[in-house]
Amino acid sequence: MSAEFDITETLDVKGASCPMPVVKTKTAIDDLAEGDVLEVLATDPGSMSDIDGWAAGTEGVELVDQEEGDDVYKHYVRKTE
Amino acid sequence: MSTDTPDASADDAPSRAELAARVDELEDALAEATSDDGGKKMSIIATKGTLDMAYPPLILASTAAAFGYEVTVFHTFWGLEILHEERSKNLKLSSVGNPNMPVPNAVAALPGMDRVTTRMMEKKIADNDTATIEELIETSLDMGVEFQACQMTIDLMDYDEDDFYDGVTTGVGAATALQDMADADIQLLV
Repeated sequence: MSAEFDITETLDVKGASCPMPVVKTKTAIDDLAEGDVLEVLATDPGSMSDIDGWAAGTEGVELVDQEEGDDVYKHYVRKTE
Repeated sequence: MSTDTPDASADDAPSRAELAARVDELEDALAEATSDDGGKKMSIIATKGTLDMAYPPLILASTAAAFGYEVTVFHTFWGLEILHEERSKNLKLSSVGNPNMPVPNAVAALPGMDRVTTRMMEKKIADNDTATIEELIETSLDMGVEFQACQMTIDLMDYDEDDFYDGVTTGVGAATALQDMADADIQLLV
């Protein structure tokens, strides 16, 4: 994996479906500090588009990377403020 | 003819101080009109209480809250069932009138069939790990969504304030909903 960022915390939402991956990502981000990166592990294929859209439309967060694995979709979200 | 016309109009002309005051006033009005008072808002009116129709308002409300929207959901008529702590756990689904369900209407109308269809749906929800209605309500409340129970419907259905989830707002009517809709960036009737 690219080492451009350090993962502060990992959120496992495997199994959960819409809207929970986004909702839980938001809740987890709230508990982090500025600059922290949250890793989100999901199995919901819709999470690729949903977390991307959520990050684009939400203040204070930035999607730094997404990876589509065999069964797991990985998302990396940085808290920017 | 008198030559004092220019003098008269000069008297009528606003002074420099008056003009400055007027400019200040207009600037204030402009600032108020264009100000973004805290952020985005969404207002949903939930009118349906079947298991399938309970999902869209709750999914959109919790997702909008995740986006930072200030969300109010006004529950009226059958939509009130969603906020009723006990009844929300037993919302039903019917195949009658829904040709997409795998049961023909003539069969679906038989006694007990709604229970069968509801169980089928509940099993699908559990198998898919889709959140339950209760989970979505609790999550939305945690995220600051304001659920409002229409007072007229509460009285109509003979419900009590204590019947609803903790945190549900009661004692509100159409005017409150209208006010929320007027202030909102997104308004939805479900």
